[in-house]
Amino acid sequence: MRLSRSARRRLGAAAALTLTACLTVACSSSDPGSGSADAASGPYTIWDPYPQFDDGSAWVKLLNTCGAEAGVTVKRTGYDTTDLTNKALLAAQQDNSPDVLIVDNPVVSTLAEAGALTTTEETKLDTAGIEPNLLAAGQLGGKTYGVPIGANTLALYYNKAVLTKAGVDPAGLKDWAALTAALAKVKQSGGKGITFSAIGTEEGSFQFLPWFWGSGAQLTRLDSPEAVSALTLWTDWLKQGYAPNSVLNNTQTTSWQEFATGDYAFGENGTWQLANAKKTGFDYGIIAIPSRAGGTAPAPTGGEFVTAPVRSDKARYAVSQRLITCLTSADNALTTDTTLSYVAATAAVQRKQVAATPELAVWVEAVKAAKGRTSDDLGTRYPKISQPLWTAFQAALSGSQSPPDALKAAQTTAAAATR
Amino acid sequence: MAHDTTIRTGAAATVPVRAGTAPARRARRTRQVAAWAFLAPVVAYLLAFYAYPLYRNLDLSLRHYTVRSFVQGDAPFSGADNYRTVFGDPSFGPALLHTVVFTGVSLVFQFALGLALAVFFAQSFRLSATLRALFLVPWLLPLIVSASTWSWMLNSDSGIVNAALGVVGVDPVNWLTSPQWSLVSVIIANIWIGVPFNLVVLYSGLQAIPGEIYEAAALDGSTGWSTFWRVTFPLLRPVSAITLLLGLVYTLKVFDIIWIMTRGGPTDSSTTLATWSYRLSFGSLLPEFGPGAAVGNLLIVMALVCGLVYIRIQHRQAT
Repeated sequence: MRLSRSARRRLGAAAALTLTACLTVACSSSDPGSGSADAASGPYTIWDPYPQFDDGSAWVKLLNTCGAEAGVTVKRTGYDTTDLTNKALLAAQQDNSPDVLIVDNPVVSTLAEAGALTTTEETKLDTAGIEPNLLAAGQLGGKTYGVPIGANTLALYYNKAVLTKAGVDPAGLKDWAALTAALAKVKQSGGKGITFSAIGTEEGSFQFLPWFWGSGAQLTRLDSPEAVSALTLWTDWLKQGYAPNSVLNNTQTTSWQEFATGDYAFGENGTWQLANAKKTGFDYGIIAIPSRAGGTAPAPTGGEFVTAPVRSDKARYAVSQRLITCLTSADNALTTDTTLSYVAATAAVQRKQVAATPELAVWVEAVKAAKGRTSDDLGTRYPKISQPLWTAFQAALSGSQSPPDALKAAQTTAAAATR
Repeated sequence: MAHDTTIRTGAAATVPVRAGTAPARRARRTRQVAAWAFLAPVVAYLLAFYAYPLYRNLDLSLRHYTVRSFVQGDAPFSGADNYRTVFGDPSFGPALLHTVVFTGVSLVFQFALGLALAVFFAQSFRLSATLRALFLVPWLLPLIVSASTWSWMLNSDSGIVNAALGVVGVDPVNWLTSPQWSLVSVIIANIWIGVPFNLVVLYSGLQAIPGEIYEAAALDGSTGWSTFWRVTFPLLRPVSAITLLLGLVYTLKVFDIIWIMTRGGPTDSSTTLATWSYRLSFGSLLPEFGPGAAVGNLLIVMALVCGLVYIRIQHRQAT
């Protein structure tokens, strides 16, 4: 076939224009199920921060079962935790939020502040059985924005062999003085003391809070004498060589790796390391983090909330409510929390967990004493306090400022940011 | 040359078309449409993937964003407020200084080492190709791997570097956790990663220098150092300039190495503008998109200024 010159040119132009169109608008057929599907049909979308679970896992099977019980199909996507906040904010901006969003508890207040989450009142979710200290992390201005699926928190793992060699009885470690004395004994006996994570991110603040709260300090006043005593405790441990200098750069994972070498007497870490603890090959035990004056210190709660993001199609809330109720019901919560190595959010399920696994008792105690970071109605003021706080302990631990000076600077910054 | 012929045919084709007659006008219009149609893909691509993100970033930096207004899309215009916030922040001075030091020191060492290795490998010897290939490894490794490896090696307590120092009787250094050393550590890692790029580009630049020039220089009695300074280095100047410019643009925005190794800490001691911008936008539970975008724009301006300086230098060399 011979085409005239201009015809060929026109064809070329058409091809080029089609290519342009494909570049600007994705050159594939769009998904018919997304966007404007009506309430009864169309898959219900669920986003969670558990990318480690694939379609064959108990978690995803539970999602499908709950979907089937509610008479809908569910479409689940697992995101990395840190990624999920931004994804959820962007989705809210573009009005294509998922029907059910499972999100880390301190993020709930951020998303609620953004107006991206419905209240439990609006979606008629029952939160009566939930422990109040866990629910508080999802409450802002007297309203509740989700249901906790379970909780985790921090405690001290200890290495039995190292403590025995140093002649320390872990049962007697009820306050800071006893703990520091134990660390001194461990060092004398040739062992290494304690490892934790004091990295300059939210993870570091999470690890510092049990000591901070355990001193009696409040997040609203970072430079109180109590706060200074908590930071001095950490700083002195580093100075005395009871804790390694690497804590400044440790994430909770690298801190765990240090503890797993078997050289350290103590490691401050979370419920989620239980499975790994069994793999270390040495005898370990767990004690609650002691407070300054004695007793269990309030540790911050970790763990996710199941929430229902705001959708333009309000008719979908009824099914979302059934999905969330199913996911957080006693039986399913037990399965989920066992899979995630979490402590349940209701006392009834906690009792079942301890009956099945007695070693969880110490964790249940720790969770009972725990406190949400965004609790006390701090909400979105918490991140603005947390950042100066981690800057302060980094400055004190690296020796560039004394604990009182570092905390004074932190309080000035936090006060200016939260005014 | 093939290049010339195409130009000539192109010019020849335009000559017969003369304005006035109707078919000629139609032909010209079709050709214009065709020209625009062929231009359209690249224009659309540039608009969608360069112009729009840049515009969005500028827009982000000029509005007062909270999480609420980000979602509702009603952030009020706040003019240069975010820039004022950034300039007034106590982190700004150190971050700028660290960016300049990080970029400057990295470039000098990367270029010097890359050039030395390029000259070394320019003389073929046995296994030189294999060795040269091995030098490329840092460039081929994903940054997360190399940065994590550096982070392990420089660990205060269990790192191999401190272990080696211990053998020769030097006290351990807190490479990543002391304010004095953290910036030095990330610069060392960045130099290691950047040397292969300089090596490859400068090596190919060396290949382009004709052997006759060296022969002529040798006949004139030039040896070793003087050949390098009077022949190799001046002839490499165009290649060196582009290598340095690319290196600069690349180093200014280095984020991953620093973030993985130190998170910009302890207390800002290794924070650069790039890591600061990330920390503002994504590093805490409450994103501050406005100031984050403002810092990002400052980086773009810095890279742009350096690019303009390069063009000016090149222009002066050409004339």
